[in-house]
Amino acid sequence: MNASGWIQFLLFLGALLAITKPLGIYLVKVLDANGKTFLDRILKPVERLCYRLFGMDPLKEQDWKQYAIAMLVFSLVTMLFTYGLLRLQDYLPFHQHIDNLSNKTELTPALSFNTAASFTTNTNWQNYYGENTMSYFSQMVALASHNFWSAAVGIAIAAAFVRAIARDKARTIGNFWTDLVRIHLYLLIPICIVYALFLVSQGIIQNFSPYTQVTAIDQSGATSPGQPVTQIIPQGPVASQIAIKMLGTNGGGYFNANAAFPYENPTPLSNFIQMLSIFAIPSALTYYLGRVVRNQKHGWAVWAAMAIIFIAGVMVSWKSESAGNPRLSELGVAAAPGSMEGKEVRFGVFNSALFATVTTDASCGAVNAMPDSFTPLGGMIPLLNIQLGEIIFGGVGAGLYGMLVFIIVAIFLAGLMVGRTPEYLGKKIEAYDMKTASLAILILTFSILCFTAWSSVSAGSATATTATWGSAALNNNGPHGFSEMLYAYSSCTGNNGSAFAGLTGNPLASSATPFDPHWNLTLGLATLLGRFIMIIPILALAGSLASKKLIPVSAGSFPVANVTFVVLLVGTILIVAALTFFPALSLGPIVEHFLMRGSGPLF
Amino acid sequence: MSTMLKDNPETVRELASPAQGKVVAKRRSLFDPEITLPAIWESLKKLNPVHMVRNPVMFVTEVGAVVTTVEIFFAKVHGEPLGFVLQIALWLWFTVLFANFAEAMAEGRGKAQADALRKSRTKTSARKLRLAGPLAGRVLPEDEQLVPAESLRKGDLFVCEANDIVPADGEIIEGAATVNESAITGESAPVIREAGGDRSAVTGGTTVLSDRIVVKVTANPGESFMDRMIGLIEGAKRQKTPNEIALNILLSALTIIFLVVILTLKPYVLYTVSYLTESNGFPADAQAKLLAASSVTVLVALLVCLIPTTIGGLLSAIGIAGIDRMVQHNVLAMSGKAVEAAGDVDVLLLDKTGTITLGNRQATEFFAAPGVNERELAEAAQLSSLADETPEGRSIVVLAKERYGIRGREILELPHAEFVPFTAQTRMSGVNLDGRQIRKGAADSVRKFVGGPFDTEIDQVVERISRSGGTPLVVASNTQALGVIHLKDIVKGGLPDRFKRFRAMGIKTVMITGDNPLTAAAIAKEAGVDDFLAQATPEMKLDLLRKEQANGHLVAMTGDGTNDAPALAQADVGVAMNTGTQAAKEAGNMVDLDSNPTKLIEVVEIGKQLLMTRGALTTFSIANDVAKYFAIIPAMLVATFPQIAPLNIMKLQSPYSAILSAVIFNAIIIILLIPLALRGVKFRPMGAAAILRRNLIIYGIGGVVIPFVGIKLIDVAINLLHLA
Repeated sequence: MNASGWIQFLLFLGALLAITKPLGIYLVKVLDANGKTFLDRILKPVERLCYRLFGMDPLKEQDWKQYAIAMLVFSLVTMLFTYGLLRLQDYLPFHQHIDNLSNKTELTPALSFNTAASFTTNTNWQNYYGENTMSYFSQMVALASHNFWSAAVGIAIAAAFVRAIARDKARTIGNFWTDLVRIHLYLLIPICIVYALFLVSQGIIQNFSPYTQVTAIDQSGATSPGQPVTQIIPQGPVASQIAIKMLGTNGGGYFNANAAFPYENPTPLSNFIQMLSIFAIPSALTYYLGRVVRNQKHGWAVWAAMAIIFIAGVMVSWKSESAGNPRLSELGVAAAPGSMEGKEVRFGVFNSALFATVTTDASCGAVNAMPDSFTPLGGMIPLLNIQLGEIIFGGVGAGLYGMLVFIIVAIFLAGLMVGRTPEYLGKKIEAYDMKTASLAILILTFSILCFTAWSSVSAGSATATTATWGSAALNNNGPHGFSEMLYAYSSCTGNNGSAFAGLTGNPLASSATPFDPHWNLTLGLATLLGRFIMIIPILALAGSLASKKLIPVSAGSFPVANVTFVVLLVGTILIVAALTFFPALSLGPIVEHFLMRGSGPLF
Repeated sequence: MSTMLKDNPETVRELASPAQGKVVAKRRSLFDPEITLPAIWESLKKLNPVHMVRNPVMFVTEVGAVVTTVEIFFAKVHGEPLGFVLQIALWLWFTVLFANFAEAMAEGRGKAQADALRKSRTKTSARKLRLAGPLAGRVLPEDEQLVPAESLRKGDLFVCEANDIVPADGEIIEGAATVNESAITGESAPVIREAGGDRSAVTGGTTVLSDRIVVKVTANPGESFMDRMIGLIEGAKRQKTPNEIALNILLSALTIIFLVVILTLKPYVLYTVSYLTESNGFPADAQAKLLAASSVTVLVALLVCLIPTTIGGLLSAIGIAGIDRMVQHNVLAMSGKAVEAAGDVDVLLLDKTGTITLGNRQATEFFAAPGVNERELAEAAQLSSLADETPEGRSIVVLAKERYGIRGREILELPHAEFVPFTAQTRMSGVNLDGRQIRKGAADSVRKFVGGPFDTEIDQVVERISRSGGTPLVVASNTQALGVIHLKDIVKGGLPDRFKRFRAMGIKTVMITGDNPLTAAAIAKEAGVDDFLAQATPEMKLDLLRKEQANGHLVAMTGDGTNDAPALAQADVGVAMNTGTQAAKEAGNMVDLDSNPTKLIEVVEIGKQLLMTRGALTTFSIANDVAKYFAIIPAMLVATFPQIAPLNIMKLQSPYSAILSAVIFNAIIIILLIPLALRGVKFRPMGAAAILRRNLIIYGIGGVVIPFVGIKLIDVAINLLHLA
């Protein structure tokens, strides 16, 4: 932990704080069907055209069921669209560069399902290598499109939820289609245009050129003098996809190495801005919350709770990565101070630890280093961040609505202590609300723990001689292998999409092992469960809250804008969410950590 | 409105702290053997799974107890010490029993009160009248028929005379009587009940002391007020309140989550076992050790420790105790829901008379006119009030006596005196004595009487008193105005301070009064209420209530008259006075047996205390989990991975003693918290932010820290006793 790291960290926090209010105010305008923005002059006609095209009345609001159905229909149609495009990639334009590769990956039904589900749910878990699987057309139309759509859906749900809290005895929570149109037109697309141009200025490519074959600099592997070692450098429309990948907390890389690849993240500045853009909208949404519920301090209190857990995570991860592996140091073979395995020298320990924390606090999942190579505790933080439900700023929209569920649970647990039945911002929290909130939390735990349990036992028991689908995919044995499985299901259920990277989720068929779709299917299913089975109870909760009477706030109301509230919220998240995963984590990173420090066996 | 209270000063008592008030319930020590012993038996009976399944948390615990009991027989097979499995099973059973005991204790306290009530209700017979319907003339003795009280049905008529026990709830349709209602109120002072008006209801079980009344039965046997009261106290008809239902849902969800956590732990362990091979550098017995350390017994122990057994076990006891506390204050809540609503109330509609002020205005000062001796004025005022039996009149006599030592003469001492009673026409009262015509009354009436304008000083005093909210009475002798008596509403002691604390808690107080706005404003200011409704009619009160509710407020009020019934029914908490009409009692969701409207304030405090207790124990229960994880997880793994020892931050002696300590702590904490659950956490009138901070420190942070200490101590004890 060095001064340069501290300075960068303070800079990052300062920048985040600075953009929260202006972007938050802008969100208030965007997420109001009647809101006026400075882009109206250019975009209002386009917005009207969209409504006319869809034949809809932008001001006709929906109740929660209609809103949910609209969201589900939209997601289903777009998911089928992407599945179809992927299956038909060979018949669509711009696939020659892939076809020329010797290691081209086939888009099987299982992989296509996994990818379509993953992108529809804002997960962007990738069971494929972008550069040898996806055509330019697939990248742009089948995948990047979802980066916009799924981000907009998340923001829309959050906006609907916040509106529900603010309304008094209301039946409706907004119009899904209007939200969708406005989020695209006024928020995502304009920012991404500017952002992509900035990224190009930093050196990210944006072209349709064929892949380039070059002579490698490192010729040590050359077999004969006449045949130099060559390397294929992939090309493509990268910048436009990276902008929304970060801003929309999608995280699906254009290339397999994601933000560690120079074409995706060329400079320290691009690295800084990319991290900042992950948190930008989620952070601004807390301001939006405060503004809409007319309690700006509450918005900041929520921001503070998120920031506290974020800072704590960065500290643990950074400290652990800086300390590195003592066993390597003892042997005198550590390449650099701290753990540098799997990290880009361009970014170093601090920026890798920070990036990993940011990307998992949010549901982004982009990585600029390989978490699989992190120290056990350094890698546990990303894992834990995801398991908390990605509510530390979180995914665009998803972070806020996930956090709101935790706020409601926290207030319900402790709220009675003020001598009133629990209420949040003037809304009584009753049996139905608890049912829906519990369901949202249950599904997260259920999907992560049960899928991991299935894969663990299929990893083979002590007596089994043949490995089954679970362990076949593992890169490491021992507790680290367990972490890889736990991480995969956490990441997919949490709609994060980052991988511990050791796991082979799309095992290639060979003569010895037939193609096994288990990982593709279970991970795909986990993304769908973690997204939609969570959103439906959350919308039901929103509908219930909207319909309630607003009780005027008084000195007897539960305080939601002071230090006590922040402490309560952080405590509840740590006790209710984090401790649930303590037994599982103790068999993964925790045991691994102690084995490493205590001269135990290594894996 | 509380017209009755104005007329009937006996029912208005000083603001009494609960300790002073006479209560139905005998105050019992917390672990009174009369209650404790049957509760132990009850808690065994409650092990019946049919009963347990209503409480999912404790049901899971019971299933865990059964499973570990079965495991006792397989301890040898699984390579576990028999003593360990035995003790875990035993303590799991204790956990369930302790929770049952808490519930049985709370119920037992209610039952004891109910039994006391039942005993007071000896078998009575009723003097039923043969005729029904409207009475036609005098009832003759031969129309009466002696029947058992149970045979009376709604609509029947019966007669009660002195020393008769009223056989059933009813409404007096003829006559008036003094009634001793101590059986239900604990108050021995007799009250007057009479046909018509707001005091016509009589309650079964009370005793008629004088006179004769004819009563029409209003409740069938088993549905009477007394029956309902017994039922409520016993908790026989107790239904879960809305907040309890919601909390149960969350506790069940947490239980399910922890079930999943434990059930999936086994596969994770199996995966872990698969790499504990010698080729990976582990000892040969590593696999067997981990399998033994993650036995069914250990997993069940971990599960029970993690699910919220503390609040799950105490939840119903807290609810019953809340209703019980109301009963101890002589308030009958018709449901637990009403008690909960009392905590949520944020607007109190308080009738001025009887609630904020003492029932009547009292003379506080004499202002003599220029040239008149104050003593002379006091004497005249007293003479004019000798025959005035109104409380105001009596207060004038008393003031004259206190201030000037003028002995109140008996009317009989003044045989020539001709007393002039108050009439609506003259609006004066007084006396004609020895040629003097002494009168007291409203300023304009007296002005007419003296036949000319007053001295300007008198006019000024009258004006000043009126503006301050008091009532000026001018005293005149023949044509001379002697001075002014200041009649004043006396605000009950301690109220302004209390209202201030309510304000801090976010509760608005509104005074309802029939006075004019000027008077009302002055009293409101003196009492420290937030708002007032002057010249109020029952309709206006109902309108105000509806308006507050429409703005999202929860409103509490008291009432006794039939015309209060709609508002009582509409209010979120409607406390009917026991002296009130049947209609009022039916409409409210609480009845105050003492008929002391000021008690509304205590009702709100008890409601808040109930909710705080529930919240505090919930928070405590959840916060406890941290320590239990740190006791059990290292214990499970340390035999296999000795390197994990630093995670055993409590330095517990051995894996077995660690797990056992956590389980024992989990069980005895329930017993230790029973007093808190029954008594309730200490109520402090503070703003929500301050209360939350305070309770969060005690029950949240305390809930994290205490089990660390507790488990460590138990671990030390276990090892001293060589139990593991």
